[in-house]
Amino acid sequence: MSESNPSEQDRQKSHPPTNGANLGDEPARADRKPSMPIDKSKLLTTDARIRKDIRFRRMCIITASASVLILAFLLGSILTAGIPTLSWTLLTGSPEPEPENAGIWPALMGTLWVCSMCSLITLPLGIGTAILIEEFTPRNAVAKKVFNLIQLNITNLAGVPSVVYGILGLTAFVSMFSLFDKSEGNVGPSMEVGAVYFDQFSNLASDPFVDTGGAEVRERFFLLPVESRNSPPVVPQTGMIAYENQEEGFIEVEIIAIDALSQQPSADPEELSRTIDNQSTPGRISENQWYYLRLPFGRGVIAGALTLMLVILPVIIISTQEALRAVPATLRAAALGLGSTPWQVVWNVTLPSAIPGIMTGSILAISRAIGETAPILIIAGIVYIRSAPQHLMDDYTVMPLQIYNWTSRPQEEFHNIAAGGIVVLLAILLSFNAVAVLIRHRMQNKLQ
Amino acid sequence: MSNAVTTPPHATSPPLRAKRTPQIPPTVSQMKTEEKKPTPASNAIEMQELSSWYGSFQALKSISLDVQRNKVTAFIGPSGCGKSTLLRWINRMNDTIHSARATGRLHLGDLDLLANTTDVVELRRKVGIVFQKPNPFPKSIFENVAFGPRLHMKLRRSELMDIVEWSLRKAAVWEEVKDRLNAPALGLSGGQQQRLCIARTIAVGPEILLMDEPCSALDPGSTLAIEELMNELRHQYTIVIVTHNMQQASRCSDKTAFFFEGQLVEMNDTQTMFTNPNSKRTEDYISGRFG
Repeated sequence: MSESNPSEQDRQKSHPPTNGANLGDEPARADRKPSMPIDKSKLLTTDARIRKDIRFRRMCIITASASVLILAFLLGSILTAGIPTLSWTLLTGSPEPEPENAGIWPALMGTLWVCSMCSLITLPLGIGTAILIEEFTPRNAVAKKVFNLIQLNITNLAGVPSVVYGILGLTAFVSMFSLFDKSEGNVGPSMEVGAVYFDQFSNLASDPFVDTGGAEVRERFFLLPVESRNSPPVVPQTGMIAYENQEEGFIEVEIIAIDALSQQPSADPEELSRTIDNQSTPGRISENQWYYLRLPFGRGVIAGALTLMLVILPVIIISTQEALRAVPATLRAAALGLGSTPWQVVWNVTLPSAIPGIMTGSILAISRAIGETAPILIIAGIVYIRSAPQHLMDDYTVMPLQIYNWTSRPQEEFHNIAAGGIVVLLAILLSFNAVAVLIRHRMQNKLQ
Repeated sequence: MSNAVTTPPHATSPPLRAKRTPQIPPTVSQMKTEEKKPTPASNAIEMQELSSWYGSFQALKSISLDVQRNKVTAFIGPSGCGKSTLLRWINRMNDTIHSARATGRLHLGDLDLLANTTDVVELRRKVGIVFQKPNPFPKSIFENVAFGPRLHMKLRRSELMDIVEWSLRKAAVWEEVKDRLNAPALGLSGGQQQRLCIARTIAVGPEILLMDEPCSALDPGSTLAIEELMNELRHQYTIVIVTHNMQQASRCSDKTAFFFEGQLVEMNDTQTMFTNPNSKRTEDYISGRFG
C-alpha cells in the first residue's frame, strides 16, 4: 500500500492546507462535538510505521557492525604485523640500535611503576572525594555552593585534553613553580635524601701518551667517595680506596695515583690497570638508594604519576559517584534506622554495594592512564632509557612513548617491532580488564 | 479471619504465656545502663501541637496524641494524610530530607525528639523501624541481624551468636533459617525477609517498634505470621503501626488514630473506633465510603 492512503486523500480533500487560519469550510472548534478524542479517519496506517521501524533497526545494525568491523580491522592488522616479532628479546631486552636486539623491558617497567604509583595515589583520593560529595551533602547554604562548585569543576575537568595536564604537571610537579631553585647557581635539587656522590676517574688505559709496553689494559672506572654534591673535586692519591662497579656489585680497589706527565707508571699490567692520573678531571656522579627523594621532584616517576593522577581523577570521581547513586535508598534507610552514623552507613552498606561499579570505573580510568602518551612526553621526553627505574625519582619511559619512538624511525623493521610493542600493550590492557571483570563477577556472586 | 469488626482477642484476655522470657538478652542490657527507671511511664510517646512541613507544604497540622507503652497503636487514614510522616518523625528519619522541619512538642519520656542536641543515633537504637518493602542488606542472614549490635557495642563472636539466635527466635524465623545462617538474606521469601528485618530491628534492644505498612507487600500467609508476631512482641515493645488495611488495624491494635489531610480526626480504643466512632468522617472512612 502506498503512503498516500485513502485517509490522507480524505484529509487533503476535506481540510485543504490553510496555514492554520480557519477559512470557511471547517466548523469552529467549539462547535465540533466528536464522539471520541481521535478522528479514526486520520489514523496513519501501521504499515508505514512498521517500515520505518525496520529501516531504523537496519541502520542501527549497520552502524554497530561498522564500528565492530573497524575494530576488527585494526586489531587484525596490528596482530598480523606484531605477533611474528614477539620474542623473549623483545620482552626483556633494552632498546638497541638494531631492531633484532631491541626490547621493551625498560618501557614495560616504566609503565608499571608509573601506573601503580598513579593508582595508589588516585584511587583513595578520587573515591574519597566522590563519597564526600555524594553522601555528606551539607545543609549549610554556603557549603552547598562550594560543593556545587566542586562538582562543576570536576565535570569540566573530565573533558580537558591530557596534553594540558602535561604542561601543568611540568610546572607543578617537575619544577614545582621554581620555588626550590637555588640562587647560588648550583645546579641540582634543593633538598635530597638518599644520594651518595662519587667522583669518577678512569685508569690510564685511555690515555694515548702512556707507554704500556705492549700490554693490553682494559679501561676501568673508579669511584672515589665525595662528601657532598658541592664539594671540590677529589685529588686522587696512592693508597686511596676506590669503588669499581662490577657485575656482582661494588668492589673495593686500592688505586695508584701518578702524575702522568712526569712519572712512569709501573710495568706490571695489574698495577697499571689500577693507575690513575692525578691531574685528570673527574665526573661527579651519584648513586641513589631505593628511597631516594628530592625536592623539586624533577622528571621522575613520581612527577609522571602525579600528572597522570590529574588526568584520571575526574573520571574516577564521576564513575564512583554514579556507582554510589545506584545503591538503593532503602538500604541506606535500613542502616540509618538501626542507629548508624552517616559514616557507618557508607562504610558498611553503601560502599560494599557500590564496589563493582567503582571497580569498573577505576579499571577504565587506569587503562586510560596506561595509554596516555602526551603528558608523559612533556614530562619525561624521548630520552634513551636503558634500564628500568630504580627509585621514585628515576628517569623512565613508558610503552606508548617507546612505541612512538620506534614508529618514527625510518627502518621498516622498527615498525614491526612497534607493532609487537602494541601487542604487548594490548595484552596488558586485556589482562587488566579481565582481572577486573573476574573480581567484579566474584563480588556480585557474593552479594547475591 | 472474617471481615466483620471483631474484638481483638488480646484486648480483653490476659497474656497467653504463663512464664515470661527475659525482656532483652543479657548482653544487650549492658547498653541500657542509664535506664534504670523504677516504674516506666504509661505513655511512651507524647506529642502536642506537632506540625510538620516539607518546604512550604504542611504535612502535619497540630497533632496531639499519646502512644501508650506496651500497646499496639495503629495510624490509619487515606493516602497522603501524613501518617508515615508522623511515624518518621518519631525516630527522626526525616532528617535525611533537607526540606523537612517540625514545630511543636514530641517527647519520648523525657527526651525531646525535635531538639538539635538529641543524640539521633541512640534515639534510633531505642526506636526501631520496619519498612514497607522488606529491605535486608545484601549480606548473609547472620550479618544482617548482627549489623545492629555491632554498631553499638564491641562483642565477641559467641555473644553475637547469642543475640542473633535470640532475635531470630523472637521474630519467629529461627526454625526456618537456623541451618543456613551464612546464606544470602536475599534468597529468602518475602515474608521471611520481613521477619528477618523485624529480627534485625529488635536485635539492638529497642523500646518502641515503628512499622510502616509492614504487610502491604506480603501474601496473606506471611501477613498472618507477622500479625501473630506483633501480638507477641507487644508484651515487650510499644508498637506503632501504620496501615492501609483497616481490618488489620481492627485485628491487631489496641488503640487506633485516624488521620485525614494532616490532621488527627479521632483517636480511640480500637473497639470503640470501629463500632461507635465519634466523628462522621471516621465512620465514612471505616465503612469504606471514601479512601
